[in-house]
Amino acid sequence: MDPLILIFLSSGLFLGWALGANDAANVFGTAVGTKMVRWRTAAIICSIFIILGALISGGGTTHTLGKLGAISALPGAFMTALSAALAVYSMTKSGLPVSTSQAIVGAIIGWNLFSGNPTDTSTLTKILSTWIICPVLSAIIAVTLFKMHKFTSKRIKIHMIMADAYTRLALIIAGALGAYSLGANNIANVIGVFIPGEPLPDLQVGTFIFSSTQQLFLLGGLAIALGVWTYSKRVMMTVGNNLGRLSANAALIAVISHSIVLFMFASRGLEAWLAGNGLPTIPLVPVSSSQAVVGAVVGISILQGAAGIRWSVLGKIVVGWVVTPIAACATCFFGLFFLQNVFGLVVQ
Amino acid sequence: MGLNLFRRTKQLEQQIDGFFDKLSESSVVYRLAVRLYLREGLTEEFQERLERINTLESEADDLRRSIEKQLYSDTLIPDSRGDVLGLIETVDQLMSQFEGSLWALSIEKPNIPDEYVNGFRKLTNMVVKAADELALSGRAFFRSPYDVPAHNHKVMLYEKEADAISTKLKTEIFASDLELAEKLHLRDFVEQIDSVADLAEDVADRLAIYAIKRIV
Repeated sequence: MDPLILIFLSSGLFLGWALGANDAANVFGTAVGTKMVRWRTAAIICSIFIILGALISGGGTTHTLGKLGAISALPGAFMTALSAALAVYSMTKSGLPVSTSQAIVGAIIGWNLFSGNPTDTSTLTKILSTWIICPVLSAIIAVTLFKMHKFTSKRIKIHMIMADAYTRLALIIAGALGAYSLGANNIANVIGVFIPGEPLPDLQVGTFIFSSTQQLFLLGGLAIALGVWTYSKRVMMTVGNNLGRLSANAALIAVISHSIVLFMFASRGLEAWLAGNGLPTIPLVPVSSSQAVVGAVVGISILQGAAGIRWSVLGKIVVGWVVTPIAACATCFFGLFFLQNVFGLVVQ
Repeated sequence: MGLNLFRRTKQLEQQIDGFFDKLSESSVVYRLAVRLYLREGLTEEFQERLERINTLESEADDLRRSIEKQLYSDTLIPDSRGDVLGLIETVDQLMSQFEGSLWALSIEKPNIPDEYVNGFRKLTNMVVKAADELALSGRAFFRSPYDVPAHNHKVMLYEKEADAISTKLKTEIFASDLELAEKLHLRDFVEQIDSVADLAEDVADRLAIYAIKRIV
């Protein structure tokens, strides 16, 4: 295998690492921050289920990103992923909530602009609409679950200590589901741009043959897992402060809502079932894990009288929505110009 | 992790229930002991009741320490841990008050004239009712916080009633021909018994806030 391929893949792996470092906190942040679940337990579960989600259900969202811009040249994919990673990094440094999904979409459009490829407007509209739908849907699910929780907790009299044990168990299960959904939904952000180029030769292990795409899914999953293990602890410990004070039960509901939404936007099975029953389908699009969680928290806060909403955080999120894709798009455009004209690499 | 967590959880749940059992039992023993003193003075049976309440108080102390240790070492109920510890410590003070009040009777052996016996009996009944209702409120806090306000309301009613009885009793004592020293001695005992209801009300006030925090 050409070692240059690994250098080109490194930007995607860097993006995967950043995703693992930041978004694992959306899944297990409150559980670890409130000491309901140990960080080590969270990291193990998170890593395993992110990789499983990426391998088993990562295909759907990857296909949608591919439709937005099929980057066939490896240097082009490298710069696209690097631009997204740089946008994520700089936004995180500026303290703005960031979405890898938005960054990669912006970067792909940057590649389209540079290479003169038309951007598929129907796919773009589909993706843009999910950026609004995702937090709203997450808020609606959270409100419904919260009301159901209140209704049942008034009627089922479980001892506080036993309820605490159930909540811990539920946080772990919801975290596992959340990690699976994160892997399934967001793996496309990490390695989606490399897939059309098929950079890796088939790998034979025993009787199994792994295609380039399968290897990329695994590599992307491992990069996310590495991000979880090396950097997520700090983010998990502070996630509570970012979102405001949440009770363990409210946090659990926020994580479940986030996981359901991410799963809905990644599940081919659900899409097939909806289509089979003549219902409108949910687009398979990588959505923002952070925005799903924030949507759920805002939903619960509104239900409790909106006093707990931190409007400054909400304002930053709106800024992030606009700035992230534009920054990634501009970086990608100029980065590609640089690669093509300074290094003489074929980027399209 | 799962099975071990649930086994330890069950044990802790039993200890908390056991702690409130001690409060309920203490209030029954206290009532019997004071009524016995009012009826027969310092008898062997009274000393047995006093020993029983000592044992209950020290068992409750052991339970309190064990509960506190487990809550912290197993990092359980992080949201409510401080509230639970506060609750258990103040309930423990209430049990100490039962014990202290009986010790005072045993040591100081106040002479309670017949005309005040009924007042003391009524006061004791009322403070014990407040403590009993508080035990129910404490149990409700752990299982159904929505029921706490109803129990607390009763604690407040009993406390007010106990205050009214104690005021009436003190007025009667100071209007009597007793020596000032006797009057002051009797007043101390009225206040000592009444302070059980006051403490119960303080704990109920805390519980009201803790319950709201659990419900929201």
